[in-house]
Amino acid sequence: MSGGVEIPVRVVDVEQATQTVKRFRLAALSGEPLPSFSAGAHVVVTMDDNGRRMRNPYSLIDRADDGSTYRIGVLRTPNSRGGSKFMHERVNAGDQLVVTMPVNLFPIVRTGRKHLLVAGGIGITPIYAMANELRRRSASYEIHYAMRNEASGAFIDELRAAHGDRLKLYRDDMQEFVSVSQILPNQPLGTHLYVCGPEGMIDAILKGGRDAGWADENLHSERFLAPAGGEPFSVVLQRAGITAEVRSDQSLLEAIEEAGVDAPFLCRGGACGQCETAVVSCDGKLVHNDHFLTEEEHASGKKIMTCVSRLKGRELVLDL
Amino acid sequence: MSAIKSRPIYPGLKVDERAKRHLVAAEGEGALAVLEAFADAPDAWSRMTLLYTPGGSAPANHSETLQGRAPDAFHLHPTRQTLMTRLNALLDTATMGTRLYAAGVEGHIGEVVAAGLAHGVDHLSIRTEHRGSLARRVQCVHCKGFIDDVTISPVPCAHCGVPLFVRDHYSRRLAAFQGVSINAETPDEVPASEELYK
Ligand code: FES
Repeated sequence: MSGGVEIPVRVVDVEQATQTVKRFRLAALSGEPLPSFSAGAHVVVTMDDNGRRMRNPYSLIDRADDGSTYRIGVLRTPNSRGGSKFMHERVNAGDQLVVTMPVNLFPIVRTGRKHLLVAGGIGITPIYAMANELRRRSASYEIHYAMRNEASGAFIDELRAAHGDRLKLYRDDMQEFVSVSQILPNQPLGTHLYVCGPEGMIDAILKGGRDAGWADENLHSERFLAPAGGEPFSVVLQRAGITAEVRSDQSLLEAIEEAGVDAPFLCRGGACGQCETAVVSCDGKLVHNDHFLTEEEHASGKKIMTCVSRLKGRELVLDL
Repeated sequence: MSAIKSRPIYPGLKVDERAKRHLVAAEGEGALAVLEAFADAPDAWSRMTLLYTPGGSAPANHSETLQGRAPDAFHLHPTRQTLMTRLNALLDTATMGTRLYAAGVEGHIGEVVAAGLAHGVDHLSIRTEHRGSLARRVQCVHCKGFIDDVTISPVPCAHCGVPLFVRDHYSRRLAAFQGVSINAETPDEVPASEELYK
């Protein structure tokens, strides 16, 4: 619950968009319109696999004009702890899920004079929503969308129809790659760049931007780290007086929630900072996977982001 | 300065070495801030477009010193107004990789920042340094006219004549403090002006 208000939803439609991406259309169980959101927002979906609760963030693709449904896109990831696998194998039209209120950690900068949207693979989901909002606002924008091959591009037809030649595709199998030396030069002052995709791509684009003299304020990225599994360990929640086991296929945050403690979160992807928790002591080595804490904070061993980080060792004592 | 929440802070000019173009707008004593900040970055001058106006409050004209450092382009302007016209034209065609710098009195910095904002530049990426007098740029809330170089409060509005109390409320968009009639209830009484922002 600590991601805020939750909304029970029913899956009204499941569409196999590509071999590895499914799109789900969700409607509120209550029949009421779903809250509107700004492009770039995500929801956290709670899945219940026979009592095992999993929660994954998914970017919102769009909201029906009458507000009756949301769409999310889910990539089936091979090393998933189970969330995307569950969505792909077990969730069908008619099933129920729970989503949080939309949260936007990747908003469009309204004062920007131009917007470059860069997506790799499933990173297209927030970018898709942003492109539609920019088109509605008659803003100036470009979409650069990289994918393995045309068959794995989840939204190509819809994007082409809506954005015409503002859309540029880059197909790995045709040796086409997004290159910063092509997209960054000669952009008007006041241009903002937004990138969502695999780690390596995000890092390369951001570095390219900084090397080209772009101000940090104009470079935006969203990475949803799927929390990596790892070795099991125990966690002691000191204030609650609870000791729990973190299984290897579970994130620390999921184990805390399973133990009945209502811990804060927003992105569940190591980016927003909401789940920051003080470490009282630990017997083992902290494995930090987030993009929020600084290197010094990681080294200090005093804090941990429970959504993506864990312990390699025996026991972790948290101030919770 | 920091006691006022809406009052901007000016962290000082800091050269961003990665910038492909340094677009520098200096007023009066702000020239000294430019000379100091760029003293350690000799290469940066060859990528600098420098706009300078000696300004009303400055005791000296630094244009020769600035020009002596051989910026790539140097524009000397008789007034802040003509400088802003030129700056806006440059911003219209500037490309990403350009970093904007402003140094001088507060009114000048405010105008440069507002011009940057209007061109989609985030105010946090604009490098600013305050030099020279603490004179304020004030907007009369009654007639909406602007008054520059205000050092006293109350100050008579240069446009509608109403005596204005200069509030500590700063608008980044307007680049001005707010001036409000001080004697709306008692038009016959005008409190004596005090010099506050020298
Ligand atoms: S929930 Fe956002 S960083 Fe953990």
